[in-house]
Amino acid sequence: MTTENNESRKIVIPGEIIVSGEDYLPGEGTEKKGKNIVAARYGLAEESNRLVKVIALSGAYFPRGGNVVIGKVENITFNGWIINIGSAANAFLSVSEYPRYVRSDEIEEVMSIGDMIVAKVLGARRKSIDLTVKSRGLGKLTDGMIIEINSNKVPRVIGKSGSMVNIIKEETGCNITVGQNGLIWLKGNSIEEELLAKKAIQFIIDRATTSGLTEKIQEWFKKEKKQIKKEKGDEE
Amino acid sequence: MAKEFKRLDGRKVNEIREMEAKVGIVPNADGSAMFRFGDTIAIAAVYGPKEMHPQHSQDPSTGVLRCTYNMLSFSVSERIRPGPSRRSSEISKITEWALKPIIDIEQFPGTVVDVHIQIVQADASTRCAGINAAALALAHAGIPMRDLVSSISIGKLDKQLVVDVNKLEEDWEEGEGATDIPFAFTSQGNEVSLMQLDGKISMKEYKEAVKLAHEAIKKVYEVQKKALKDSIKDIGGED
Repeated sequence: MTTENNESRKIVIPGEIIVSGEDYLPGEGTEKKGKNIVAARYGLAEESNRLVKVIALSGAYFPRGGNVVIGKVENITFNGWIINIGSAANAFLSVSEYPRYVRSDEIEEVMSIGDMIVAKVLGARRKSIDLTVKSRGLGKLTDGMIIEINSNKVPRVIGKSGSMVNIIKEETGCNITVGQNGLIWLKGNSIEEELLAKKAIQFIIDRATTSGLTEKIQEWFKKEKKQIKKEKGDEE
Repeated sequence: MAKEFKRLDGRKVNEIREMEAKVGIVPNADGSAMFRFGDTIAIAAVYGPKEMHPQHSQDPSTGVLRCTYNMLSFSVSERIRPGPSRRSSEISKITEWALKPIIDIEQFPGTVVDVHIQIVQADASTRCAGINAAALALAHAGIPMRDLVSSISIGKLDKQLVVDVNKLEEDWEEGEGATDIPFAFTSQGNEVSLMQLDGKISMKEYKEAVKLAHEAIKKVYEVQKKALKDSIKDIGGED
Protein backbone atom coordinates (compact mmCIF):
# COMPACT_ATOMS: atom_id res chain seq x y z
CA MET A 1 0.00 0.00 0.00
CA THR A 2 1.40 3.35 -1.01
CA THR A 3 0.25 6.87 -0.48
CA GLU A 4 -1.15 7.35 -3.98
CA ASN A 5 -2.93 4.00 -3.86
CA ASN A 6 -6.06 3.31 -5.78
CA GLU A 7 -6.53 -0.02 -4.16
CA SER A 8 -6.47 0.79 -0.49
CA ARG A 9 -8.55 -2.13 0.73
CA LYS A 10 -7.18 -5.57 1.42
CA ILE A 11 -7.87 -8.48 3.71
CA VAL A 12 -5.48 -8.64 6.62
CA ILE A 13 -4.86 -11.31 9.22
CA PRO A 14 -3.82 -10.77 12.84
CA GLY A 15 -0.16 -9.81 13.12
CA GLU A 16 0.17 -8.77 9.51
CA ILE A 17 1.91 -5.46 8.78
CA ILE A 18 -0.57 -3.17 7.00
CA VAL A 19 1.71 -0.20 6.36
CA SER A 20 5.08 0.86 7.62
CA GLY A 21 6.26 4.39 8.04
CA GLU A 22 5.89 7.18 10.52
CA ASP A 23 3.22 9.11 8.62
CA TYR A 24 0.32 6.75 9.38
CA LEU A 25 -1.97 6.70 12.38
CA PRO A 26 -3.26 3.49 13.91
CA GLY A 27 -7.08 3.35 13.98
CA GLU A 28 -9.61 0.77 15.07
CA GLY A 29 -8.44 -2.83 14.92
CA THR A 30 -4.81 -1.89 14.48
CA GLU A 31 -1.77 -1.51 16.67
CA LYS A 32 1.45 0.38 16.33
CA LYS A 33 4.51 -1.80 16.70
CA GLY A 34 7.73 0.10 16.21
CA LYS A 35 7.50 1.67 12.78
CA ASN A 36 4.77 -0.60 11.50
CA ILE A 37 1.03 -0.54 11.80
CA VAL A 38 -0.07 -4.08 12.46
CA ALA A 39 -3.53 -5.62 12.19
CA ALA A 40 -4.91 -6.61 15.58
CA ARG A 41 -7.81 -8.56 14.10
CA TYR A 42 -8.99 -10.25 10.93
CA GLY A 43 -10.81 -7.97 8.53
CA LEU A 44 -10.61 -5.48 5.72
CA ALA A 45 -7.84 -2.89 6.05
CA GLU A 46 -8.71 0.57 4.88
CA GLU A 47 -6.67 3.73 4.79
CA SER A 48 -8.05 7.24 4.53
CA ASN A 49 -6.36 10.50 5.46
CA ARG A 50 -3.42 8.49 6.72
CA LEU A 51 -5.64 6.80 9.31
CA VAL A 52 -5.44 3.04 8.98
CA LYS A 53 -8.24 0.87 10.33
CA VAL A 54 -9.48 -2.68 10.05
CA ILE A 55 -13.17 -3.23 9.32
CA ALA A 56 -14.67 -6.39 10.82
CA LEU A 57 -15.99 -8.96 8.39
CA SER A 58 -17.19 -11.57 10.82
CA GLY A 59 -17.68 -12.16 14.51
CA ALA A 60 -20.03 -11.24 17.31
CA TYR A 61 -21.87 -7.92 17.68
CA PHE A 62 -20.38 -5.24 19.93
CA PRO A 63 -22.78 -2.41 20.77
CA ARG A 64 -21.77 1.23 20.44
CA GLY A 65 -23.48 4.41 21.55
CA GLY A 66 -26.05 5.60 19.02
CA ASN A 67 -26.71 2.18 17.48
CA VAL A 68 -30.33 1.38 16.73
CA VAL A 69 -30.93 -2.21 17.73
CA ILE A 70 -33.78 -4.71 17.90
CA GLY A 71 -33.99 -6.77 21.03
CA LYS A 72 -36.17 -9.06 23.09
CA VAL A 73 -37.39 -8.36 26.60
CA GLU A 74 -35.65 -10.98 28.65
CA ASN A 75 -36.50 -9.97 32.21
CA ILE A 76 -38.22 -7.24 34.22
CA THR A 77 -36.70 -5.44 37.19
CA PHE A 78 -38.26 -2.93 39.60
CA ASN A 79 -37.18 0.01 37.44
CA GLY A 80 -36.89 -1.26 33.91
CA TRP A 81 -36.44 -4.07 31.44
CA ILE A 82 -33.51 -6.35 30.64
CA ILE A 83 -33.17 -6.61 26.89
CA ASN A 84 -31.28 -9.24 24.93
CA ILE A 85 -29.69 -7.57 21.93
CA GLY A 86 -27.40 -10.43 20.97
CA SER A 87 -24.26 -8.98 22.53
CA ALA A 88 -22.06 -10.46 25.24
CA ALA A 89 -23.86 -8.61 28.03
CA ASN A 90 -27.59 -7.95 28.25
CA ALA A 91 -28.79 -4.37 27.84
CA PHE A 92 -30.89 -2.39 30.28
CA LEU A 93 -33.83 -0.14 29.43
CA SER A 94 -34.82 2.06 32.34
CA VAL A 95 -38.43 3.21 32.87
CA SER A 96 -37.12 6.78 32.80
CA GLU A 97 -36.09 6.17 29.19
CA TYR A 98 -39.67 5.30 28.23
CA PRO A 99 -41.49 8.17 26.44
CA ARG A 100 -44.19 8.49 29.11
CA TYR A 101 -44.32 8.05 32.86
CA VAL A 102 -44.60 4.39 33.85
CA ARG A 103 -45.81 3.51 37.33
CA SER A 104 -43.77 0.77 38.94
CA ASP A 105 -46.80 -1.55 39.05
CA GLU A 106 -47.47 -1.30 35.33
CA ILE A 107 -43.98 -2.03 33.99
CA GLU A 108 -45.08 -5.49 32.96
CA GLU A 109 -48.19 -4.15 31.20
CA VAL A 110 -46.15 -1.72 29.09
CA MET A 111 -43.71 -4.34 27.87
CA SER A 112 -43.62 -7.93 29.05
CA ILE A 113 -41.15 -10.76 28.69
CA GLY A 114 -40.87 -11.95 25.10
CA ASP A 115 -41.80 -8.63 23.49
CA MET A 116 -39.59 -7.37 20.70
CA ILE A 117 -38.52 -3.74 20.80
CA VAL A 118 -36.58 -1.25 18.72
CA ALA A 119 -34.23 0.80 20.89
CA LYS A 120 -31.24 3.03 20.68
CA VAL A 121 -28.01 2.40 22.56
CA LEU A 122 -27.33 5.32 24.90
CA GLY A 123 -23.94 4.11 26.01
CA ALA A 124 -22.01 0.89 26.09
CA ARG A 125 -19.43 0.68 28.76
CA ARG A 126 -17.57 -2.42 29.70
CA LYS A 127 -20.34 -4.40 31.31
CA SER A 128 -23.42 -2.21 31.11
CA ILE A 129 -25.34 -1.27 28.01
CA ASP A 130 -28.07 1.33 28.42
CA LEU A 131 -30.92 1.71 25.98
CA THR A 132 -33.57 4.31 25.27
CA VAL A 133 -36.88 4.27 23.40
CA LYS A 134 -37.43 8.03 23.68
CA SER A 135 -37.26 8.79 19.99
CA ARG A 136 -39.39 8.49 16.90
CA GLY A 137 -39.51 5.03 15.42
CA LEU A 138 -38.44 3.35 18.64
CA GLY A 139 -40.54 1.22 20.96
CA LYS A 140 -42.42 -2.03 21.08
CA LEU A 141 -43.02 -4.01 17.87
CA THR A 142 -46.53 -5.38 17.63
CA ASP A 143 -46.68 -6.87 14.15
CA GLY A 144 -44.56 -7.59 11.09
CA MET A 145 -41.70 -9.99 10.63
CA ILE A 146 -38.20 -10.14 12.09
CA ILE A 147 -35.30 -11.71 10.27
CA GLU A 148 -31.80 -12.26 11.50
CA ILE A 149 -28.60 -11.61 9.55
CA ASN A 150 -24.92 -11.36 10.41
CA SER A 151 -24.37 -8.03 12.17
CA ASN A 152 -21.26 -7.38 10.09
CA LYS A 153 -23.35 -7.23 6.94
CA VAL A 154 -25.73 -4.58 8.28
CA PRO A 155 -23.81 -1.66 6.67
CA ARG A 156 -24.32 -3.24 3.25
CA VAL A 157 -28.06 -3.70 3.81
CA ILE A 158 -28.38 -0.06 4.85
CA GLY A 159 -26.13 1.25 2.09
CA LYS A 160 -24.51 4.64 1.93
CA SER A 161 -26.74 7.00 3.95
CA GLY A 162 -29.59 4.52 3.70
CA SER A 163 -29.61 4.19 -0.10
CA MET A 164 -29.95 0.41 -0.16
CA VAL A 165 -32.70 0.10 2.43
CA ASN A 166 -34.61 2.92 0.72
CA ILE A 167 -34.62 1.01 -2.55
CA ILE A 168 -36.06 -2.04 -0.81
CA LYS A 169 -38.66 0.12 0.95
CA GLU A 170 -39.74 1.70 -2.34
CA GLU A 171 -39.77 -1.51 -4.35
CA THR A 172 -41.64 -3.62 -1.83
CA GLY A 173 -43.73 -1.02 0.00
CA CYS A 174 -42.50 -2.44 3.29
CA ASN A 175 -41.61 -0.56 6.41
CA ILE A 176 -38.13 -1.63 7.41
CA THR A 177 -36.04 -1.08 10.51
CA VAL A 178 -32.53 -2.45 10.40
CA GLY A 179 -30.99 -3.06 13.81
CA GLN A 180 -27.21 -2.76 14.00
CA ASN A 181 -27.19 -6.06 15.87
CA GLY A 182 -28.35 -7.91 12.77
CA LEU A 183 -32.08 -8.11 13.41
CA ILE A 184 -34.30 -6.59 10.75
CA TRP A 185 -37.97 -5.76 11.20
CA LEU A 186 -40.21 -5.84 8.12
CA LYS A 187 -43.82 -4.74 7.89
CA GLY A 188 -45.69 -4.69 4.61
CA ASN A 189 -49.32 -4.57 3.56
CA SER A 190 -49.24 -8.26 2.74
CA ILE A 191 -47.09 -11.26 3.54
CA GLU A 192 -45.94 -11.35 -0.10
CA GLU A 193 -44.38 -7.91 0.24
CA GLU A 194 -42.55 -8.94 3.36
CA LEU A 195 -41.29 -12.12 1.73
CA LEU A 196 -40.05 -10.17 -1.29
CA ALA A 197 -38.16 -7.79 1.01
CA LYS A 198 -36.71 -10.76 2.86
CA LYS A 199 -35.55 -12.28 -0.42
CA ALA A 200 -33.97 -8.97 -1.43
CA ILE A 201 -32.04 -8.78 1.85
CA GLN A 202 -30.85 -12.34 1.35
CA PHE A 203 -29.68 -11.34 -2.13
CA ILE A 204 -27.66 -8.48 -0.65
CA ILE A 205 -25.99 -10.47 2.12
CA ASP A 206 -25.04 -13.24 -0.30
CA ARG A 207 -23.14 -10.63 -2.30
CA ALA A 208 -22.02 -8.48 0.63
CA THR A 209 -18.44 -8.13 -0.54
CA THR A 210 -19.11 -7.31 -4.20
CA SER A 211 -19.20 -3.82 -5.63
CA GLY A 212 -22.03 -2.03 -7.43
CA LEU A 213 -24.68 -3.62 -5.23
CA THR A 214 -27.22 -0.81 -5.56
CA GLU A 215 -27.37 -1.28 -9.33
CA LYS A 216 -27.54 -5.03 -8.94
CA ILE A 217 -30.45 -4.88 -6.53
CA GLN A 218 -32.42 -2.61 -8.86
CA GLU A 219 -31.90 -5.06 -11.70
CA TRP A 220 -32.85 -7.92 -9.42
CA PHE A 221 -36.13 -6.22 -8.47
CA LYS A 222 -37.01 -5.69 -12.15
CA LYS A 223 -36.46 -9.37 -12.86
CA GLU A 224 -38.27 -10.50 -9.76
CA LYS A 225 -41.30 -8.31 -10.50
CA LYS A 226 -41.54 -9.61 -14.05
CA GLN A 227 -41.57 -13.12 -12.66
CA ILE A 228 -44.34 -12.29 -10.19
CA LYS A 229 -46.42 -10.70 -12.96
CA LYS A 230 -45.94 -13.77 -15.11
CA GLU A 231 -47.01 -16.09 -12.31
CA LYS A 232 -50.11 -14.01 -11.71
CA GLY A 233 -50.92 -14.11 -15.43
CA ASP A 234 -50.65 -17.88 -15.42
CA GLU A 235 -53.08 -18.20 -12.56
CA GLU A 236 -55.77 -16.23 -14.29
CA MET B 1 22.41 -41.67 10.38
CA ALA B 2 21.41 -42.94 6.97
CA LYS B 3 21.51 -40.39 4.17
CA GLU B 4 18.14 -41.26 2.73
CA PHE B 5 15.73 -42.29 5.42
CA LYS B 6 12.67 -44.04 4.06
CA ARG B 7 9.43 -43.10 5.73
CA LEU B 8 6.58 -45.53 5.70
CA ASP B 9 4.41 -43.36 3.49
CA GLY B 10 7.26 -42.35 1.16
CA ARG B 11 7.61 -38.80 2.45
CA LYS B 12 10.92 -36.99 2.83
CA VAL B 13 12.00 -36.40 6.43
CA ASN B 14 11.07 -32.72 6.31
CA GLU B 15 7.91 -33.16 4.29
CA ILE B 16 4.56 -32.32 5.83
CA ARG B 17 1.49 -34.27 4.80
CA GLU B 18 -0.88 -32.53 2.45
CA MET B 19 -2.43 -29.60 4.30
CA GLU B 20 -5.80 -28.04 3.78
CA ALA B 21 -7.48 -25.21 5.65
CA LYS B 22 -10.89 -23.69 5.30
CA VAL B 23 -12.60 -20.93 7.19
CA GLY B 24 -16.31 -20.41 7.91
CA ILE B 25 -17.51 -24.01 7.90
CA VAL B 26 -19.96 -23.75 10.81
CA PRO B 27 -22.61 -21.13 9.93
CA ASN B 28 -24.06 -20.93 13.44
CA ALA B 29 -20.73 -20.14 15.09
CA ASP B 30 -19.20 -16.67 15.34
CA GLY B 31 -16.08 -18.10 13.73
CA SER B 32 -15.06 -21.53 12.52
CA ALA B 33 -12.35 -23.36 10.63
CA MET B 34 -11.15 -26.75 9.46
CA PHE B 35 -7.54 -27.86 9.31
CA ARG B 36 -6.24 -31.06 7.78
CA PHE B 37 -2.86 -32.83 7.91
CA GLY B 38 -3.28 -35.76 5.53
CA ASP B 39 -5.84 -37.98 7.21
CA THR B 40 -6.05 -35.94 10.40
CA ILE B 41 -9.00 -33.59 10.24
CA ALA B 42 -9.86 -31.07 12.95
CA ILE B 43 -12.72 -28.61 13.00
CA ALA B 44 -12.95 -25.69 15.40
CA ALA B 45 -15.87 -23.42 16.22
CA VAL B 46 -15.65 -20.23 18.26
CA TYR B 47 -18.57 -18.69 20.13
CA GLY B 48 -18.34 -15.38 21.88
CA PRO B 49 -17.33 -13.25 23.66
CA LYS B 50 -20.51 -14.16 25.53
CA GLU B 51 -21.59 -14.10 29.13
CA MET B 52 -19.69 -16.66 31.20
CA HIS B 53 -21.69 -19.46 32.76
CA PRO B 54 -21.31 -20.77 35.44
CA GLN B 55 -21.17 -17.35 36.98
CA HIS B 56 -18.50 -18.24 39.55
CA SER B 57 -16.04 -18.75 36.69
CA GLN B 58 -16.45 -15.16 35.55
CA ASP B 59 -13.42 -12.94 35.84
CA PRO B 60 -14.36 -9.28 36.35
CA SER B 61 -10.93 -8.11 35.20
CA THR B 62 -10.67 -9.90 31.86
CA GLY B 63 -12.35 -12.21 29.38
CA VAL B 64 -11.66 -15.91 29.65
CA LEU B 65 -10.63 -18.36 26.95
CA ARG B 66 -12.15 -21.80 27.25
CA CYS B 67 -11.12 -24.61 24.93
CA THR B 68 -12.70 -28.02 24.57
CA TYR B 69 -10.95 -30.72 22.61
CA ASN B 70 -12.87 -33.80 21.70
CA MET B 71 -12.23 -36.80 19.54
CA LEU B 72 -15.35 -38.10 17.88
CA SER B 73 -16.00 -41.77 18.52
CA PHE B 74 -15.64 -42.64 14.82
CA SER B 75 -12.38 -40.69 14.36
CA VAL B 76 -10.24 -43.80 14.84
CA SER B 77 -10.68 -47.29 13.43
CA GLU B 78 -11.49 -48.79 16.81
CA ARG B 79 -14.35 -46.79 18.27
CA ILE B 80 -13.33 -44.69 21.24
CA ARG B 81 -15.66 -44.08 24.13
CA PRO B 82 -17.27 -40.68 23.63
CA GLY B 83 -17.08 -38.00 26.28
CA PRO B 84 -14.28 -36.36 28.22
CA SER B 85 -11.25 -38.39 29.13
CA ARG B 86 -7.93 -37.76 30.85
CA ARG B 87 -6.29 -37.26 27.46
CA SER B 88 -8.90 -34.86 26.10
CA SER B 89 -8.89 -32.72 29.25
CA GLU B 90 -5.13 -32.44 28.99
CA ILE B 91 -5.22 -31.42 25.34
CA SER B 92 -8.01 -28.91 26.01
CA LYS B 93 -5.85 -27.29 28.64
CA ILE B 94 -2.64 -27.16 26.59
CA THR B 95 -4.57 -25.77 23.61
CA GLU B 96 -5.87 -23.05 25.87
CA TRP B 97 -2.33 -22.25 27.01
CA ALA B 98 -1.06 -22.27 23.44
CA LEU B 99 -3.67 -19.76 22.29
CA LYS B 100 -3.97 -17.54 25.36
CA PRO B 101 -0.83 -15.42 24.77
CA ILE B 102 -1.95 -14.23 21.35
CA ILE B 103 -5.51 -13.22 22.05
CA ASP B 104 -6.45 -9.95 23.65
CA ILE B 105 -9.81 -10.26 25.42
CA GLU B 106 -9.10 -8.07 28.42
CA GLN B 107 -11.60 -5.57 27.06
CA PHE B 108 -14.48 -8.04 27.58
CA PRO B 109 -14.60 -8.65 31.34
CA GLY B 110 -16.98 -11.25 32.66
CA THR B 111 -17.22 -12.96 29.29
CA VAL B 112 -15.96 -16.18 27.82
CA VAL B 113 -14.70 -17.09 24.38
CA ASP B 114 -15.57 -20.71 23.78
CA VAL B 115 -13.44 -22.73 21.39
CA HIS B 116 -14.75 -26.17 20.51
CA ILE B 117 -12.32 -28.46 18.72
CA GLN B 118 -13.61 -31.69 17.26
CA ILE B 119 -11.36 -34.30 15.71
CA VAL B 120 -13.34 -35.78 12.87
CA GLN B 121 -10.62 -38.16 11.73
CA ALA B 122 -7.43 -38.96 13.58
CA ASP B 123 -4.08 -40.05 12.18
CA ALA B 124 -1.72 -38.63 14.84
CA SER B 125 -0.81 -34.94 15.35
CA THR B 126 -4.42 -34.20 16.27
CA ARG B 127 -3.52 -31.57 18.85
CA CYS B 128 -1.46 -29.73 16.23
CA ALA B 129 -4.31 -29.80 13.72
CA GLY B 130 -6.66 -28.73 16.51
CA ILE B 131 -4.53 -25.73 17.46
CA ASN B 132 -4.14 -24.69 13.83
CA ALA B 133 -7.89 -24.87 13.30
CA ALA B 134 -8.60 -23.05 16.57
CA ALA B 135 -6.25 -20.18 15.70
CA LEU B 136 -8.02 -19.77 12.37
CA ALA B 137 -11.45 -19.93 13.97
CA LEU B 138 -10.50 -17.30 16.57
CA ALA B 139 -9.30 -14.96 13.83
CA HIS B 140 -12.46 -15.64 11.83
CA ALA B 141 -14.57 -14.79 14.87
CA GLY B 142 -13.01 -11.33 14.91
CA ILE B 143 -11.36 -11.81 18.30
CA PRO B 144 -8.61 -9.19 18.81
CA MET B 145 -5.34 -11.04 18.30
CA ARG B 146 -1.66 -10.22 18.25
CA ASP B 147 -0.70 -12.95 15.87
CA LEU B 148 -1.61 -16.41 14.61
CA VAL B 149 -0.39 -19.63 16.15
CA SER B 150 0.81 -22.47 13.95
CA SER B 151 1.56 -25.94 15.20
CA ILE B 152 3.50 -28.95 13.96
CA SER B 153 4.75 -32.18 15.46
CA ILE B 154 8.32 -33.39 15.18
CA GLY B 155 9.01 -37.07 15.64
CA LYS B 156 12.09 -39.12 16.28
CA LEU B 157 11.88 -42.60 14.80
CA ASP B 158 14.75 -44.62 16.21
CA LYS B 159 17.46 -42.01 15.55
CA GLN B 160 15.91 -40.13 12.68
CA LEU B 161 14.07 -36.83 13.11
CA VAL B 162 10.96 -36.41 10.97
CA VAL B 163 8.38 -33.68 10.51
CA ASP B 164 4.66 -34.28 11.04
CA VAL B 165 4.32 -37.82 12.33
CA ASN B 166 1.41 -40.03 11.35
CA LYS B 167 -0.13 -42.90 13.28
CA LEU B 168 2.14 -45.58 11.82
CA GLU B 169 5.24 -43.60 12.71
CA GLU B 170 3.93 -42.75 16.15
CA ASP B 171 3.85 -46.48 16.92
CA TRP B 172 7.45 -47.00 15.75
CA GLU B 173 9.05 -49.76 17.78
CA GLU B 174 12.47 -50.41 16.25
CA GLY B 175 15.64 -49.18 17.90
CA GLU B 176 15.00 -46.37 20.36
CA GLY B 177 11.32 -46.27 19.51
CA ALA B 178 9.30 -43.19 18.71
CA THR B 179 9.51 -39.76 20.29
CA ASP B 180 6.78 -37.23 19.58
CA ILE B 181 7.25 -33.50 20.16
CA PRO B 182 4.33 -31.22 19.30
CA PHE B 183 5.35 -27.57 18.85
CA ALA B 184 3.32 -24.40 18.46
CA PHE B 185 4.87 -21.09 17.48
CA THR B 186 3.61 -17.61 16.79
CA SER B 187 4.24 -16.65 13.21
CA GLN B 188 6.43 -13.60 13.57
CA GLY B 189 8.28 -13.48 16.85
CA ASN B 190 8.70 -17.22 16.65
CA GLU B 191 7.73 -17.45 20.27
CA VAL B 192 7.03 -20.97 21.47
CA SER B 193 3.56 -21.40 22.89
CA LEU B 194 3.45 -25.18 23.08
CA MET B 195 6.10 -27.82 23.54
CA GLN B 196 5.39 -31.29 24.80
CA LEU B 197 7.65 -34.29 24.73
CA ASP B 198 6.71 -37.92 24.73
CA GLY B 199 9.70 -40.24 24.62
CA LYS B 200 13.45 -39.83 24.87
CA ILE B 201 15.69 -37.38 23.07
CA SER B 202 19.21 -35.99 23.52
CA MET B 203 19.85 -32.27 23.84
CA LYS B 204 21.65 -32.19 20.50
CA GLU B 205 18.78 -33.90 18.72
CA TYR B 206 16.30 -31.67 20.47
CA LYS B 207 18.00 -28.55 19.12
CA GLU B 208 17.85 -30.10 15.68
CA ALA B 209 14.12 -30.77 16.19
CA VAL B 210 13.45 -27.13 17.09
CA LYS B 211 15.23 -26.07 13.93
CA LEU B 212 13.12 -28.45 11.85
CA ALA B 213 9.94 -27.18 13.51
CA HIS B 214 10.88 -23.58 12.75
CA GLU B 215 11.16 -24.38 9.07
CA ALA B 216 7.99 -26.46 8.91
CA ILE B 217 5.93 -23.89 10.79
CA LYS B 218 6.40 -21.38 7.98
CA LYS B 219 4.62 -23.70 5.57
CA VAL B 220 1.77 -24.22 8.03
CA TYR B 221 1.46 -20.46 8.51
CA GLU B 222 1.24 -19.91 4.75
CA VAL B 223 -1.65 -22.39 4.53
CA GLN B 224 -3.46 -20.65 7.41
CA LYS B 225 -2.86 -17.23 5.90
CA LYS B 226 -4.16 -18.34 2.53
CA ALA B 227 -7.32 -19.81 4.08
CA LEU B 228 -8.17 -16.53 5.80
CA LYS B 229 -7.38 -14.39 2.76
CA ASP B 230 -9.25 -16.61 0.31
CA SER B 231 -12.38 -16.84 2.41
CA ILE B 232 -13.51 -13.54 0.95
CA LYS B 233 -13.28 -13.13 -2.75
CA ASP B 234 -13.99 -10.06 -4.79
CA ILE B 235 -13.62 -7.23 -2.33
CA GLY B 236 -15.49 -4.40 -3.92
CA GLY B 237 -15.77 -0.78 -2.98
CA GLU B 238 -18.54 0.69 -0.90
CA ASP B 239 -21.29 2.01 -3.13
